[in-house]
Amino acid sequence: MELNDFIEKFAEQFDETDASEFKADTEFKALDEWSSLSALSIIAMIDDEYDVTIKGDDIRNSETIEDLFNLVKSKA
Amino acid sequence: MAFLEIKNVRLAGVSAGVPSTILSNLDSQLSTEYEPEAFVKQVGVKERRYSEILTTSDLCYGAAEKLIADLGWDKSDIDGIIFVSQNADFFLPATACILQDRLGLSKECYASDLNLGCSGWVYGLSYAASLMTSGTIKKVLLMAGDAKRRTKQTLVDPIFGSAGTVTALEYDVNAKAMQFHFGTDGSGFDAIIIPDGGARNQMTVDSFHEELLDGKTLHRFQVRMKGMDVFSFGISTAPKTIKKLASNYGFEYQDADYFVFHQANMQMLGMIQKKLKIADEKMPTCMYEYGNTSSASIPLTIVTQLKGRFENKPTKFICCGFGVGLSWGTVALETNNVIVSDLVEMSDEEVDKKYVV
Repeated sequence: MELNDFIEKFAEQFDETDASEFKADTEFKALDEWSSLSALSIIAMIDDEYDVTIKGDDIRNSETIEDLFNLVKSKA
Repeated sequence: MAFLEIKNVRLAGVSAGVPSTILSNLDSQLSTEYEPEAFVKQVGVKERRYSEILTTSDLCYGAAEKLIADLGWDKSDIDGIIFVSQNADFFLPATACILQDRLGLSKECYASDLNLGCSGWVYGLSYAASLMTSGTIKKVLLMAGDAKRRTKQTLVDPIFGSAGTVTALEYDVNAKAMQFHFGTDGSGFDAIIIPDGGARNQMTVDSFHEELLDGKTLHRFQVRMKGMDVFSFGISTAPKTIKKLASNYGFEYQDADYFVFHQANMQMLGMIQKKLKIADEKMPTCMYEYGNTSSASIPLTIVTQLKGRFENKPTKFICCGFGVGLSWGTVALETNNVIVSDLVEMSDEEVDKKYVV
């Protein structure tokens, strides 16, 4: 799995935040648009695209998009 | 392995009672984190039924009177009640006992409550049907639902609607066997929980102390949910239990006519549907208008979405409930000649006035 591809799919879960704002080091929980609903969309995307079911703690323990990418990669 | 096959019991009828009052989720501020429109779009609940007066047992009572009349059953022939709810009328006695008297059933009646939520209808079905296989208990009412809670919980609770359902079961040696799979993971006990008011954390004035959790202000008598964990649990567990059941009993799950899932969250149901490759027309949902109604959601979906479409022909159902506990259950059953009552809409005046202390 590719980091850039993951970032692109991550960005697709957001309606209001411009795709260009999503980078490997983006602290996603600090985004204005981030909410408990976006968290569910991210869990769904990861399950759907990578066949990995992450849990709440995985989101809580990740700061950047790359952190989450590495976590998913380790479970894939 | 928690598989179970129950013979000689048929599903004779289904009914559902809901409060007549409709609450729209578009009219209120649901969370400090997101707009109501975003919630409706993603979670899939536009409105729900709500009453500050009617309890689960009131709704089950109304649904039971309607179904008993539609079935033409003689009340004196009803041998048992199983009441599945997490919102009993009293801490004690069991609500099933009150319903025996309120419905005017014989004192020769097996009556018991069962404290489960999302998985409750499937568990309740196995519980009720198990009583009947030997043929001495011939007619049982399975009542399932959640409505008014022990403390007020209106606006903070946009996903949950109120409903009380009744499923009538009858001894029948010609009935196709019901096949079940069950599972439990108590390590997730706090994924959905009301922390205070039980023996573990007795109620004190501090129980009403409010905290901000995931954008919602909640006190300790209110339901709190670890949404992300429940979501992960649902999308992984529901497909697995259905596949396990089909594999254990050697059938193709795709041969079912209808898949009725606990109505948890539309995004979650969409994921489950995709994983199991279920066609839209085989997977009815009632979340948009009724919300998540806990153990009522499977029978409420049948009443509101399938009435008139399956009653008088052999129909294969797979029904799956999953959630609070964490607990899950799946049943494969075949129905024929079923009575489905019209939805019973109840006004606050229909509240129980007799069993009052």
